[in-house]
Amino acid sequence: MAEPLLELRNLRKAYGALVVTDNVSLSVTPGELHAVIGPNGAGKTTLIHQISGMLPSDTGSILFGGEDITSLPMPQRVRRGLARSFQITSILPGFSALENVALAVQARSGSSFRLFGKAAQEKNLNDPAMECLSQVGLAARAHVPAGLLSHGEKRQLELAIGLATEPKLLLLDEPLAGTGHEESLRVVETLRRLKGRLTIVLIEHDMEAVFALADRVSVLVYGRVLATDTPGRIRENPDVRAAYLGEEELV
Amino acid sequence: MTELVQTEPSPAPSLGTRVEIVPIFLFAAFAAAPLLATVSGAEGYVLSLLTRVMIFGIAAMALDLILGYGALVSFGHAAFLGLGGYAVGILASHGIDDALVQVPVALAASALFALVTGAISLRTKGVYFIMITLAFGQMLYFLATSLAAYGGDDGMTLPSRSLVAGFSVLKSDFTFYWICLLCLLGTYAFSRAVVASRFGRVLRGTRDNATRMEAIGFRPFRFQLTAYVISGMMTGLAGCLLANQAEFVSPAFMTWQRSGELIFMVVLGGLGSLHGAIIGAAAFLLLEEFLPEILHAASFFLSDEVRDHLAENWKMVFGPLLILVVLFARGGIMGLLRRPRHG
Repeated sequence: MAEPLLELRNLRKAYGALVVTDNVSLSVTPGELHAVIGPNGAGKTTLIHQISGMLPSDTGSILFGGEDITSLPMPQRVRRGLARSFQITSILPGFSALENVALAVQARSGSSFRLFGKAAQEKNLNDPAMECLSQVGLAARAHVPAGLLSHGEKRQLELAIGLATEPKLLLLDEPLAGTGHEESLRVVETLRRLKGRLTIVLIEHDMEAVFALADRVSVLVYGRVLATDTPGRIRENPDVRAAYLGEEELV
Repeated sequence: MTELVQTEPSPAPSLGTRVEIVPIFLFAAFAAAPLLATVSGAEGYVLSLLTRVMIFGIAAMALDLILGYGALVSFGHAAFLGLGGYAVGILASHGIDDALVQVPVALAASALFALVTGAISLRTKGVYFIMITLAFGQMLYFLATSLAAYGGDDGMTLPSRSLVAGFSVLKSDFTFYWICLLCLLGTYAFSRAVVASRFGRVLRGTRDNATRMEAIGFRPFRFQLTAYVISGMMTGLAGCLLANQAEFVSPAFMTWQRSGELIFMVVLGGLGSLHGAIIGAAAFLLLEEFLPEILHAASFFLSDEVRDHLAENWKMVFGPLLILVVLFARGGIMGLLRRPRHG
């Protein structure tokens, strides 16, 4: 197996007596789509926060491309190619969709301490941004204020912003959360196209989507990794079935 | 693809491309005012009042740059007015009376003070940021009151207005008026450029959603600090002009009430439009000046005694009036001007 792009070693996070991330070790190989599933409250979002740098970890370490990034703040992790989306949509509502993405392009191209020149009219920012919007199917809505987009479109925009940072690895925190059937199909389609070009860690509740997309699946229960395996074998795993019993049906 | 993609062709980006009528009108009015002042007969009075309006316009606009575009509520901005004023005053008292020295010194002092206090204040958020900027402002205020060599509590009178390259051109109220208008126009154009630039876009983004900005790789602190320094320097420039306008400097330049007034001017004019802050400063100062007379005239149906009392205690009307504007005219005066156009 190739050297992992992302490796978690004995990661832990506790709030008082409540252990949210309990000794999690996980490795993500380059190019794979690695899904993390688990019942509500399993600590999936906390894990994403820790990997992305929004939350510090108590103990353990995070390696990205062989480099220890455990103590780096979020912006520096992003610059190393570790981007994320948010479960609860996090965009700039007053900016147009294009500007939301163009800002992400701006973050990695040249200095942002330029006090002159209209940023909104810079072609070398807008063109790559438009390209990212096209990839998620939002190009026609580029000039709409992001706050006026439909919920599903906002989810697509999140994806486009993440892509615009040119990540090596994209952490997606429930990209389908709250989307309708049509919209979710479109996001799944976009993910399928990105798959292989990018390494993706996907947290998702929609099992149909997970099993259709994932190369490997890790099951997180009460902050622990119960199993990591191919989708087929995860489905057959008796421990996983037990953990999900009465929660939701594994397809 | 699906129908969502093909729906209505998106409107072209309107920001910045449409000609804005309000700032043009505003600066035309400032440019025409000296003429009217000559006609009015009380030109000294009108000129000095409008000069003050423009100077506070610069300060309020500087505050709007961080308050309206960065959501940083600095409650100590009057400190920079004081720094600018005292730079002029102290240098003049040592015989250095040329603006070409005084203004750079004032700007450097403002920048340094902003850099140091900003680097500390910006580590806090919300109410704590307000309180810590207030504390730094007060610190400077008490420092000024204890400068016995420079007048202490009473302040000091300037021997004369600053020279410019050895010439006493500022002596004329007209010339000084034009210089202030030039400064206002210059800082306005500069601020507009900054707001639309790459830097300004990061600042605005941080105002709207700091977490998102970090998640695409920006460190908001650096941008906020730079904006704070720029804003401080612009306010310092206003302080230089204010000292020259009054030919006097005192700790009263930097009381916390003055900082509060600056915030009020920005909110009154409308946050985040720059020229709104200038309009806010104008509305605030002109109301302060003319409200007693307006009240006296408007209460013609009351007895003379009541009218005098009303005019005397105009502040009792001024306060509630400001509160009403903030309550009912969201977006301040600019909000009122904008509303009809957007239906």
